[in-house]
Amino acid sequence: MQHGKYRFIVGFLAAPLGLYALFVVWPFIQSIYYSFTDWTGLSPEFKMVGFDNYERMLDDDIFWKSLQHSLFFALLLPLVTIGFALFLAFMINVGGRRRKGGPAITGVRGSSFYKIVYFFPQVLSIAIVALLFAFAYNPDSGAINSILRGIGLDSVQPLWLGDPNLALWAVMAVIVWSTVGFFVVLFSAGMASIPADLYEAALLDGAGRATTFFRITLPLLWDTVQSGWVYMGILALGAESFAVVHIMTTGPGGPDYSTTVMVLYVYQKAFRDGQAAYATTIGVALLIVTLAFAAVVMRLGRRERLEF
Amino acid sequence: MGSTHTESNGAGDHRVAGVGRRDLIKRSAALGLISVPTMSFLSACASSGGGGNGDKAKEGKKTAKNPLGVNDTAQMEFVLFDGGFGKEYAEDAVKIYEQNFPKADVKFSATQKIQSTLQPRFNQGTPPDLIDNSGAEQMDMGVLVGKEQLADLTPLLDAPSYDDPNKKVRDTLRPGIVEMGQFDGDPVWIMYYAYTVYGVWYSQKALDSLDEQYPETWDQMLAVCEKAKKKGMAGWTYAGKYPYYLPFSLYPMIGKVGGVEVLDSIDNLEPNAWKHPAVKACFDAYYELYKKGYVLKGTPGLDHIQSQTAWAQGKALFIPNGSWVENESAKVIPEDFDLAVSAPTGIDSSDKLPFGTIWASGGEPFIVPAKAKNTAGGMEQLRIMLSEASSKNFTSKVKSLTAYNGGTDGITLTPGLKSGVAALDKAGQNVVNPRLQDWYVQLQKEKIGVSCLGEMMAGRLTPAETIKKIQAFADEAAKDTSIKHYKHQ
Repeated sequence: MQHGKYRFIVGFLAAPLGLYALFVVWPFIQSIYYSFTDWTGLSPEFKMVGFDNYERMLDDDIFWKSLQHSLFFALLLPLVTIGFALFLAFMINVGGRRRKGGPAITGVRGSSFYKIVYFFPQVLSIAIVALLFAFAYNPDSGAINSILRGIGLDSVQPLWLGDPNLALWAVMAVIVWSTVGFFVVLFSAGMASIPADLYEAALLDGAGRATTFFRITLPLLWDTVQSGWVYMGILALGAESFAVVHIMTTGPGGPDYSTTVMVLYVYQKAFRDGQAAYATTIGVALLIVTLAFAAVVMRLGRRERLEF
Repeated sequence: MGSTHTESNGAGDHRVAGVGRRDLIKRSAALGLISVPTMSFLSACASSGGGGNGDKAKEGKKTAKNPLGVNDTAQMEFVLFDGGFGKEYAEDAVKIYEQNFPKADVKFSATQKIQSTLQPRFNQGTPPDLIDNSGAEQMDMGVLVGKEQLADLTPLLDAPSYDDPNKKVRDTLRPGIVEMGQFDGDPVWIMYYAYTVYGVWYSQKALDSLDEQYPETWDQMLAVCEKAKKKGMAGWTYAGKYPYYLPFSLYPMIGKVGGVEVLDSIDNLEPNAWKHPAVKACFDAYYELYKKGYVLKGTPGLDHIQSQTAWAQGKALFIPNGSWVENESAKVIPEDFDLAVSAPTGIDSSDKLPFGTIWASGGEPFIVPAKAKNTAGGMEQLRIMLSEASSKNFTSKVKSLTAYNGGTDGITLTPGLKSGVAALDKAGQNVVNPRLQDWYVQLQKEKIGVSCLGEMMAGRLTPAETIKKIQAFADEAAKDTSIKHYKHQ
């Protein structure tokens, strides 16, 4: 019986695990191996150089700057995006006033319309979003400064992406804008599965919106929030931040390294400077940061699971 | 679910006791299965290959018509960068190759993704025979040369030219082309096909409307900008997001003010090269443009297209750029714009070189990989492209000069091109060719361009601070053992 069960499980898992090993685990191992070589990425010849790349990385100011920005992204972006998405999802699903004849628990007026609108940015590829915002941030004729001029703020004409103090914020705003819709939909689905009688009971006890949110919605949604948090953190460390920084910013990565992130630095080292081995070294550092981030979030977020 | 927890715990305990040895053996066997090929695999993954020299095409018979000894039955593969110049000019040249070698099989392809298409093939040791290594995905030339991946093009340069058997290909080229293809020593690794004129681009019509000539000294430059400002027009704009466009006029200006030696010592990464007074004088001059408000507002946030558009709309008078601007901004440049280019304005009459000193150099780098099967075929294709007819075809189709010296007679030149040819005539021997942008890409673009010049022109660094910062970056690059270093011969 026992063996039959194993065979059964193995039969199902072999193919996906094999694929996972080949296309995910194996490249990881390869990159770690390459980080100990002097491979350029442009010729088949290379030799082992030990920890040279790692020593160089620890002395590299640009690496530290990119690490700093990446950590900043990983900490702040999930906080803002998920906080904002929770608020919107709550208002769409639960936050409405009771209307005559309607159900006791409902979203604000027009919530089904908002739900679709919030999801719109998700339909666009991140590259297009970044390009659109690069136009909007154009200080000379872009939408944002034109609006500022239009409402009489002629003296307030920031350089946005051209200003080292604003550029990173401008980039983060784009990521929040483009990802918040996904989390609104994710949390909406989670909220829909929370039984309405819990809310009704809370309402009968005289709970307001804030109390309902913190005492009922958030605890019952905790699992979803946690995985959303990890997912958003990985996006902020990886693909999403690369696309916007690479497409939108000065240089890219500037002005004066104010927006460079680890993924961008990996890309530049591997594909611009022909230093693939050093790029994989930074990639290993990025792997460690990502794993650490996921571990921290999982640990901090560990709570007793509520059953309903 | 709360109760399943304890249940599964119980089952787990039972299982651990039940499986025991047999499972352990199975697991360790599986581990072994993975780890054995891992080791041999590791040395053979993304960077495999390397052998493959044995299957090179046999050399053909050398004749007057076939001086490079191309094997007329061997396959020739040509990969072109499909960029601003399109692919028609190369297709035309391929047709000539096919006519000359009717038995040869020619594989031609054009792509924008040079590096993603070709990097794996270099790693496998099976690159094509001729590559236009250009565009955003350009493979680093320094690394390719350093790793001995390129064929020396000297046989091509010493072969008779396509049009005149008494003249070597070398002697039909424009100044600087051969030197640009060298890295250290005699071998020539790269054949730059296009010829780019860098400088200050403007609308002659706009200048006429101000009753001004192109200024030759910096005082005149400031006067023209002041006049433009009164008419509500900015003096300058530039690609603020890619400030490494500024050197297109700034570097030749440094060369004009202080002499070519200053530029050479900068390229050679010599200590204190940037501390030369000529550098300071030119930086001060550019900084004054910012100080006096002659730079179009918002410029630091514009990319190259946006700045060129603002300039074409007449919001700014001058822009530092290269001769591709005429093609790239063709859609926004008005009919009667009367595009013109000038060598950069100097400081005054005490400058080392005369007004007219200009930066011109090769563009569109063509390479023949050392491990290509048919290197002779690749070079023969280049020889065809460097003929007068092919060169004229290129110039008339894409509005750019080629490395072939001449080839502009009998075809109608666009305003920008005409003015470029005139600027080259005026410069004569005073053509400078700073090499930072092809020798040290990161230093030139990211460090000097974005972090120093960009910051200075946005008013966030003074010229003195900028020079100090650039010198520090240059010293760092000089000491960096992970990059290859080059010197002017």
